[in-house]
Amino acid sequence: MDVLTLSRIQFGLTIGFHYIYPPLSIGLGMMLVIMEGCWLKTKNPVYHQMAKFWTNVFALTFALGVATGIVMEFEFGTNWATYSRYVGDVFGSALAAEGIFAFFLESGFLAVLLFGWDKVSRKVHFFSTCMVCLGAHFSAVWITVANSFMQTPAGFHIVGQGMHARAEITDFWALVFSPSSMDRLFHTLCGAWATGAFLVISVSAFYLLKKKYEDFARRSLRIGLVVALIACVLQAISGDISARGVAKHQPAKLAAFEGLYNTESNAPLALVGYVDEPDHKVVGLEAPGLLSFLVYHNPHATVEGLDDIPPQDRPPVESCFLFFHGMVAIGFLLLFIAILGCFFVWRNKLMENRWLLWIMVFSVLGPEIANQFGWFAAEVGRQPWIVYGLLRTPDGLSAVVRANTVLTSLILFTFIYFLLFWVFVYLLNHKIQHGPHPDDLVPHGKLALPENLIQYQ
Amino acid sequence: MNHLDLNTIWFVLVGVLFTGYAVLDGFDLGIGALHLFTRKDEERRIMLNSIGPVWDGNEVWLVTGGGALFAAFPNVYATVFSGFYLAFVLLLFALIFRAVAIEFRSKQPMRWWRQMWDIGFAAGSIVSALLIGVALGNIAEGIPIDANGEFAGSFLGLLKPYPLLIGITTVALFMMHGAIYGVMKTEGALHDKLRGWATNSIIFFVICAATTTMVTLLYVPHMAGQIKNHPWLFSISLANMLSIANIPREFHRGNDWLAFLSSCATMATLMMLFGIDQYPNLVFSQPNPENSLNIYNAASSQKTLGIMLIIACVGVPIVLAYTACIYWIFRGKVKMDRMSY
Ligand code: HDD
Ligand code: HEM
Ligand code: HEM
Repeated sequence: MDVLTLSRIQFGLTIGFHYIYPPLSIGLGMMLVIMEGCWLKTKNPVYHQMAKFWTNVFALTFALGVATGIVMEFEFGTNWATYSRYVGDVFGSALAAEGIFAFFLESGFLAVLLFGWDKVSRKVHFFSTCMVCLGAHFSAVWITVANSFMQTPAGFHIVGQGMHARAEITDFWALVFSPSSMDRLFHTLCGAWATGAFLVISVSAFYLLKKKYEDFARRSLRIGLVVALIACVLQAISGDISARGVAKHQPAKLAAFEGLYNTESNAPLALVGYVDEPDHKVVGLEAPGLLSFLVYHNPHATVEGLDDIPPQDRPPVESCFLFFHGMVAIGFLLLFIAILGCFFVWRNKLMENRWLLWIMVFSVLGPEIANQFGWFAAEVGRQPWIVYGLLRTPDGLSAVVRANTVLTSLILFTFIYFLLFWVFVYLLNHKIQHGPHPDDLVPHGKLALPENLIQYQ
Repeated sequence: MNHLDLNTIWFVLVGVLFTGYAVLDGFDLGIGALHLFTRKDEERRIMLNSIGPVWDGNEVWLVTGGGALFAAFPNVYATVFSGFYLAFVLLLFALIFRAVAIEFRSKQPMRWWRQMWDIGFAAGSIVSALLIGVALGNIAEGIPIDANGEFAGSFLGLLKPYPLLIGITTVALFMMHGAIYGVMKTEGALHDKLRGWATNSIIFFVICAATTTMVTLLYVPHMAGQIKNHPWLFSISLANMLSIANIPREFHRGNDWLAFLSSCATMATLMMLFGIDQYPNLVFSQPNPENSLNIYNAASSQKTLGIMLIIACVGVPIVLAYTACIYWIFRGKVKMDRMSY
C-alpha cells in the first residue's frame, strides 16, 4: 500500500479511537453538573453518591481521551506536513486556542473534581465540576471550528503559488463562524450529550434489572432519560440544519449521502437501501420528493446529483451513503427509546417492561456508533479534498515520510489501541460491577461542613 | 536582537511554553523515572499520588506548546514532526503508556497487574525524557534540511552522540527535579530514601551538565556564537551555573523548597541559553546553513501572530491564576484516601 492509503487509514483509526472518549467526557461532564447541582439543591446524599460514582467513570474516559488526543495533535505534523504548512496560519490558532482555553481548564479543575472531595467546600467543588464540563465543551468548540475550516473554508486568502501556496487568515471571526461551524458544533454537542446520558441510562437499567442499588439507579435513570430525550430531539433538528448546510456548501457530499446521481426536481429520499455504484442508482425504499422538501422546503425543488459533478471531485458514494443512513437510523431509534422510557417512567411502569430495560442496557452503543458514523460520513464525504475546494488529500501528505514507516506506526497504533480498548472495557465493567460505594452516602471532609450547619438551623 | 517584532515575541512565547512544560512535567517524568526504585506497593502509591492531581495539567503545556508551534511557525512544525516521524511516534507511545499506567494501576490489586503498569509508567517516563532530550539535541546541533525546507536525514541519523548526550542529561535533570519534588511531598521512610536518591541524582546531573557544556563548546561551536558576540549574555550562563550550584547547597541545608526553585531556575536558564543560541533560527540546517528555518521564513502571517498574541494575553494569565490555586489546594505532604490512585 502507498503512503497515502496508509496515512488515511492511520488517521481514520486514531481519530476514530480518540472519538470514543470525548463524547463520553463531554456528556458525562454535563451529567455530573446536573447531579451535583441536584445534591446542592436537595441535600439528598444519593445525589452525592451518584456524583462520586460517575466522577470515577469520568476519570477513566478522560484518561483515555487525553492519551489518544495527544496523538492527534502530533499527527498533523507527522503525516500531513504539506497540509500543515498550507493551513497552519489559519488552523493552528484554533488548535492553540483549544490548548489555552479548553485543555488547561479541563485538566486543571479535574484535579479538584477528582481529588478535592475532602479538601474544598461544596461550592468550590461544584464550581470545579462546572469548569471541567465547560472545558470539555470548549475543546469541542475549537476542534470543530478547526475542522469546519476544512469543510467550508472562510475568512482567509491564498498567498504564494505551487509548492509555497498557503492560506492566510484575513478575518478571525469569519473563520470561527464559518458557514458550517456553528451548525456542526451544535450537532456534535448534542451527540455528546446523548452519549453521556445513554451511558448513565445503560448502567442504571442494568442495576434495576439486577435489583441492585435501586434508589440510586432509579434516580440516575430519570436524569439520564430526560437529558437523552432533549438531546435526541435537538439532534434531529440540528442534523436537519446541518444537512441543509451541506446541500448549500458541499453539494457533492450531500449527493453522496443520498446516493443521488441525477440532478432532479422531486428528488427522493432513500429510507432504507444501498447504492448500486456501477449502475448509478439506489436500490431500496424511496420517498419521492422528500429530499427536495427537506433541503429546500419545497418538494419540487431541484437537487444537484453526482453526474453533474466532475468524476475527479466525487467522494466515495457507497460508504458515505451507509455511514450517513446508519447515523440517521440510529438517531431515530434512540429518540424512540428515550420517548418510551420517559413515558413508562411517567406512568411508573418501567419495572414491568423488562424488555425495554434490556434494550436500554445496550443503548449506549447507539450514540457511540452514530458519532463514529457521523464523522466518517462528514470526513469521507469531504474527499477528495483535504481542504474543501482548495487542497486535495494526496497533496497534503508529508513529502519525506515513506510507506514502510507509516506501516510500522500503523501496526503499532493498532496493537496498542486494541490493548487499551480491552483494558478500558475491562475496567469500566469492573467499576460497574462494583457499583456506587455505600460510604458515599455520607459526605466527609470539608464537603460535610454545610450539612453540620443545617442541623443548627 | 535589536527590535522586538511579533516573530521574536512568538519565539519567546513558544520557548516559555516549552520551559513551562519542562519545569512542570519534568518532575512528573522524574518521579516516573525513580518509580521502580521503590519496592513496596504503598510507597509506589505515594509516588503516584504525589503527582496525581497535577500531571495531566502539566502535560497540557506540551500540547499547547505544540499547538502554538503549529500556529506560529507551521514550517517548523511540519518539517520537524514529519522529519522525526518515528521518534515522535515513540514519544507518543511513551506518553500514552505513562498516562494510562497512572490511571489503570490502582484499579486492580493483583501483583502482576500492578507490576505491569509500574514498568509501563517508569519506562514511559524515561523514554519520554530521553526522546525529548534527543530531539532538542538534534535541533541544537543542526539537522540536514533541503532547499524545500524538508528534513533530509534518517531516523537512525538522529541518534548521534551529541543528541544522545543531551538526552541522558535531560533524564538526569528530570530525575533530580523529580527527586527533590518527591522529598517535598513525602514523609517517613520514603522521604529518607528519596533524599538519598536526590543526592545521587544531583551528582549524576552535575556530571552530565559539565560534560555537555564542554562537548558543546568543543564540538558545537555555533551554539556559543551569540554569547561571543554579545558578552552581556554571559550573565545568563553565570545565572545558570549559580543555580546549579545552589541546588546541592540548599538541599543539604534542608531547604528543599529553595532547592526545588533552583532546579526550576536551572531549567529556565538552560532553555534561555538554548533559545539565545538558536535565535533567530528555529531549526539550524547543517551542512547547509542557508536552508535553516528561522523566525521569519517559517512563520505565520503577522495577522495570525497578532491574533494569537491576543489569545495568549487573555488566556495565559487566567491559566496561571487557577493553576496556582490548584497547586495551593494540593500543597503539603501526600495523604492517601479512597479517591487516591
Ligand atoms: C449521537 C450521535 C448522532 C446522531 C444520533 C445523529 N448524528 Fe448527525 N452527526 C453526528 C452525530 C450524530 C456527529 C458525529 O456529531 C457529526 C459528524 C460531523 C459533525 O459535525 O457531526 C454528524 C454529522 C452529520 C451531518 C454532516 C455534517 C457535515 O458534514 O458538515 C449531517 C447532515 C447530520 N449529521 C445529520 C443528522 C440527522 C438528520 C440525524 C437524525 C436524527 C443525525 N445526524 C443523527
Ligand atoms: C472525531 C471525529 C472524526 C472522525 C471519526 C474522523 C474521521 C476521519 C476519517 C475516516 C478520515 C479519512 C477519510 C478518508 O481518507 O477517506 C479522516 C481524515 C482527516 N480528518 Fe477527520 N475525523 C474526525 C475529526 C476530525 C477533526 C476534528 C479534524 C480537524 C480538526 C480532522 C481532520 C482530518 C484530516 C486532516 C484528515 C486527513 C486527510 C483526509 O483524509 O482528508 N478530522 N478523518
Ligand atoms: C484531529 C482532531 C483532534 C485533535 C488534534 C485533538 C487533540 C486532543 C488532545 C491533544 C487532547 C488531550 C488534552 C489534554 O491533555 O488534556 C484531547 C482531548 C480531548 N478532545 Fe480531542 N482532538 C481532536 C478531535 C476531537 C474532537 C472531534 C472532539 C470533540 C468534538 C474532541 C474533544 C476532546 C475532549 C473533550 C478532550 C478531553 C479529554 C476527554 O474528555 O476525553 N477532540 N484532544
